[in-house]
Amino acid sequence: MNSISDTLDHPEEGAPGQLPVLARLHEWVVTVDHKRLGIMYVVVGLVFLLVAGLEATLMRLQLAFPDNTVLSPQVFNRLFTMHGTTMVFFVGIPIVFGFANYLVPLMIGTRDLAFPRLNAFGFWLLFYSGLLLYFSYLAGDGLYGAGSAPDVGWFAYAPLTGRAFSRGNSTDYWNLAILISGIGTIATSVNLIATILTMRCPGMTLGRMPLYVWMILVVSSQTLIILPPLSAAQIMLLLDRFLGAHFFDTQAGGSALLWQHFFWFFGHPEVYVLMVPGFGFASEIIPVFSRKVIFGYALVAASAVSIGFIGMGVWAHHMFVVGMGSTPNALFAASTMLVAVPTGVKIFNWLGTIYGGRLRFETPMLFCLAFLFQFLCAGLTGIMLAVAPFDWQLSDSYFVVAHFHFVLIGGLIFTIFAAIYYWFPKATGRMLSETLGRWHFWLFVIGFNLTFIPLHFAGVLGMPRRIYTYPADRGWDVWNLVASLGVPIQGAALVLFLINVVLSLRGGKPAGNDPWDAWTLEWLTTSPPPDYNFETIPEVRSRRPLWDLKHPSDPDWLHE
Amino acid sequence: MIGLIVAEASLLGIFVVAYLFYIGKSLHGPYPQDVLEVPIFNTMCLLASSATVELAVRALRQGDRRRVGTWLPLTALLGVVFLAGTAKEWYRLIVEHGLTIGTNLFGTTFYSLVGLHAFHVAIGVVMLTLLTVFAWSGALQAAHAERAELVSWYWHFVDGVWIVVLTVVYIFGR
Amino acid sequence: MAVDRPQRFGFRAAVNAISVAAMVNLIALAASAVGAPGLLSNDTPVSTPSIFVPTSTPAFAIRDLSYFVLGICAVIFIVVGGVLTYCVIRFRRRPGDEGREPPQVYGSNQIELAWTAVPVLIVVILFLITARYIFGIERLQPPSGLQATVVGHQWWWEIRYPDLGIITANELHVPVSNPADPTPIFLTLQSADVIHSFWVPQLAGKMDVIPNKTNRVWIDPQTPGLYVGQCAEYCGLQHAGMLLRVIVHPKEEFAQWVAAQQAAAIDDPGVRGGRELFQSVACINCHSVRGTLANGIFGPDLTHLMSRATLAAGVAKNTPDNLRAWIDNPDTLKPGARMPAMQLSRRDLDQLVAYLLTLR
Repeated sequence: MNSISDTLDHPEEGAPGQLPVLARLHEWVVTVDHKRLGIMYVVVGLVFLLVAGLEATLMRLQLAFPDNTVLSPQVFNRLFTMHGTTMVFFVGIPIVFGFANYLVPLMIGTRDLAFPRLNAFGFWLLFYSGLLLYFSYLAGDGLYGAGSAPDVGWFAYAPLTGRAFSRGNSTDYWNLAILISGIGTIATSVNLIATILTMRCPGMTLGRMPLYVWMILVVSSQTLIILPPLSAAQIMLLLDRFLGAHFFDTQAGGSALLWQHFFWFFGHPEVYVLMVPGFGFASEIIPVFSRKVIFGYALVAASAVSIGFIGMGVWAHHMFVVGMGSTPNALFAASTMLVAVPTGVKIFNWLGTIYGGRLRFETPMLFCLAFLFQFLCAGLTGIMLAVAPFDWQLSDSYFVVAHFHFVLIGGLIFTIFAAIYYWFPKATGRMLSETLGRWHFWLFVIGFNLTFIPLHFAGVLGMPRRIYTYPADRGWDVWNLVASLGVPIQGAALVLFLINVVLSLRGGKPAGNDPWDAWTLEWLTTSPPPDYNFETIPEVRSRRPLWDLKHPSDPDWLHE
Repeated sequence: MIGLIVAEASLLGIFVVAYLFYIGKSLHGPYPQDVLEVPIFNTMCLLASSATVELAVRALRQGDRRRVGTWLPLTALLGVVFLAGTAKEWYRLIVEHGLTIGTNLFGTTFYSLVGLHAFHVAIGVVMLTLLTVFAWSGALQAAHAERAELVSWYWHFVDGVWIVVLTVVYIFGR
Repeated sequence: MAVDRPQRFGFRAAVNAISVAAMVNLIALAASAVGAPGLLSNDTPVSTPSIFVPTSTPAFAIRDLSYFVLGICAVIFIVVGGVLTYCVIRFRRRPGDEGREPPQVYGSNQIELAWTAVPVLIVVILFLITARYIFGIERLQPPSGLQATVVGHQWWWEIRYPDLGIITANELHVPVSNPADPTPIFLTLQSADVIHSFWVPQLAGKMDVIPNKTNRVWIDPQTPGLYVGQCAEYCGLQHAGMLLRVIVHPKEEFAQWVAAQQAAAIDDPGVRGGRELFQSVACINCHSVRGTLANGIFGPDLTHLMSRATLAAGVAKNTPDNLRAWIDNPDTLKPGARMPAMQLSRRDLDQLVAYLLTLR
């Protein structure tokens, strides 16, 4: 694992200042320890979250008023492309896989992932590709005019991305950065699957794994199947742009729709890859703060697997307006509505867990409760979009923008914050401040809803996506202004969160092994865990090994 | 390895889909029926190499180092012959028929699919060569049989992909 | 456990949060269905292109379907949201609960079956109705009507009436349709470059405009007036500047418009100098003026330029000043527009503009 000096000088509690700064940095750079890599993934993701959030702030500044001239169309178009690309590939993916990296070995009672060096390789690929994407701002034109950052939208439809319509290298930065990051993600997925399938501790059958681990198994498997099609399409785009191929060249008889099919075959399951781990967080946190076992473990696991399968058959609901014909439209409407069933069922299982419990409202639970409400709304707007004729009006409008931000912020980001507040004590040995946490939560809930609820209305009133300005006589101004007012509130929330992290790292209350009185294996070991995770590999008899230890007279395995 | 194979299958599958989608859609020639000849010799080489790699793995399990040192390089050699055959075919297509990746949709999809497969063959050849070097130096033991088997799975996969490519491009697509 | 605030703060705060969120979301849902004043009135032509103020059969059909869907979603929201709110209030931890765990309920086959079966049922019903509308909107179309071709360019709309011999740009003029005896307009959608999308919310759902593919959409607007829309698929720099105006005329008025558009360009002797300039300064490479030498196809047809209300696909009003500014340097009105700055001398520019102003 780490260097010899590390083993000698590095006590479990992680007291700082033992080694000179350079040596400690070096440790982090060469590490193959899943916990450190997990933290690095999450930190990188959070940094990119701030960057992409800044990009969004600038956009909302421009859109706050009609006919605004704060940003030129060149800059605006680059901003929305970079914002979307960054959020999906360099915020969502790293944070999701970072948490998986950290938690999975601890939760299944083993010492590291199956392939630690592959793990590090995956991380550094992702880090490098993020830098590559952002290097585009500097390359080409230089900083003024925002360089040659890509401006083709995060899903980069052909033929806009062809040489004829995207001159220069901006699109190539997009292409290569995502291609490289995809390799890293596939490597990590292989790693996680191998670990989960072969390295569970004695007694932990698949049916006794924490639900979070089930979710990771599902999304890793999905990733293996759906990420290569994106890579393939990107290779095709590279061939088109550099070797004169005609994959997406409509002048040569190529098909613009081929890109869309390939992209969305990746793109839709991708958003499940992002969201389903959030469900995993909720499935771990809600029971602990309701003081009740999850209601219907088997159904929650089964619904995750169903989402994994069905979710790979819904992609053309992004293409209801391209003129596929009535039969494909109907088929994809059907599959999209069908995938809503396991997703909705999960909400019911969480409600069943809360029902009859004794709820504690610390910050992780607050975020989870807001998640439940917001994800309900997101799911319902999703049902509206699944109704293809309704989608013929709503597609490509701000209604869709509002919908997916409700899913990804209201759903994913909220559960990520819940997870950070919940597992930060385990990773660092210190509690985050509850006071600051509550301020963070409230500001964020208010700011988020203030921004994204009005955007539903703008969409319904005919406002399309990706426009850098709009005329004053459309009736969209008030909604846009209100939406922009929510941005500084969210910004303030994030600043408080960062302050919380920094202050708590140094002076937070010591956490101990098990600050939340929880039941899964990661709480068995110290906070932070030693390099080898557990002194002895545990042996389990039920889904909640710590419950069994704390309640020897009424253990879980009598009831499961 | 299974995970890698699944991912690679997905990647190559998309190129197959693109090929199938664009059959008959080229705006002008050369067309497949004009220029393609079924590469029987190449295919035989590749199929044979699957057999030889299987023999190599079995020999390794039994600890027969002499046979391992024969079958492994033979497999790699067959792979190289396949690549040479592919190169020869491409030379003929480019120089004699003027078919390049940018000529038409057929050229685009043909070179990308066959090329991607050939790239995977090349990687396989590299891995097999490494194994051969380890075998000849005596480092490869019966205990490593499982790892060698993983390489053989990769090689069988590449072979399987070739069957698909053969069917789609040379048989169905003409 | 690390809780550094009294329990009541957290609980009340949580209840407040959920009530506020619930109310806001409910209002949002209701408002989007009912609308603020002005959203639903259909007496005067509205500028706000709301999908809930349709005037054409496809848009009406979509609105009807949407009411049904919104109704189902509202019910689900109230039920599930209500249960969530109830649980948060009823099952909060109270003082004295320390150290006592509630009864651990591992699941219930009957309940889980029920709450899986009911959503499946809802989905089946929703799908059947949706499918009916998907196939039905196609079948609703009247058998015959006016043909128009819309070609999307970066960043303007070319509009042709093949049967009437008219070519114009950015404004689609159509006759009003009587529901009892419909006179629909069939639009053939094509693209000259990248993917665009034709969207006039009050008339029909949007349809993408894709190179190498021909899409079709139909409308039968039943109330005269002006209906606005714009390109709805990101198509490059000036995607935001690709606005659409659909003007629905009473039948008589439409016939007059057609006659005026079919006429060749007005030949005003007073601006012959400007016309010579137009024909010599590369304008004719891109533009057409029927009845003259100019028959370029890359830019809008200018035969009846002054009959249009806007310039540059809706970005600026069609006034002499704007026209002059546009020709002098299009970037001042629409940064990045494909038309180059003509770099004419002031005198030439004056002459040219004077000529163009006669093209009514």
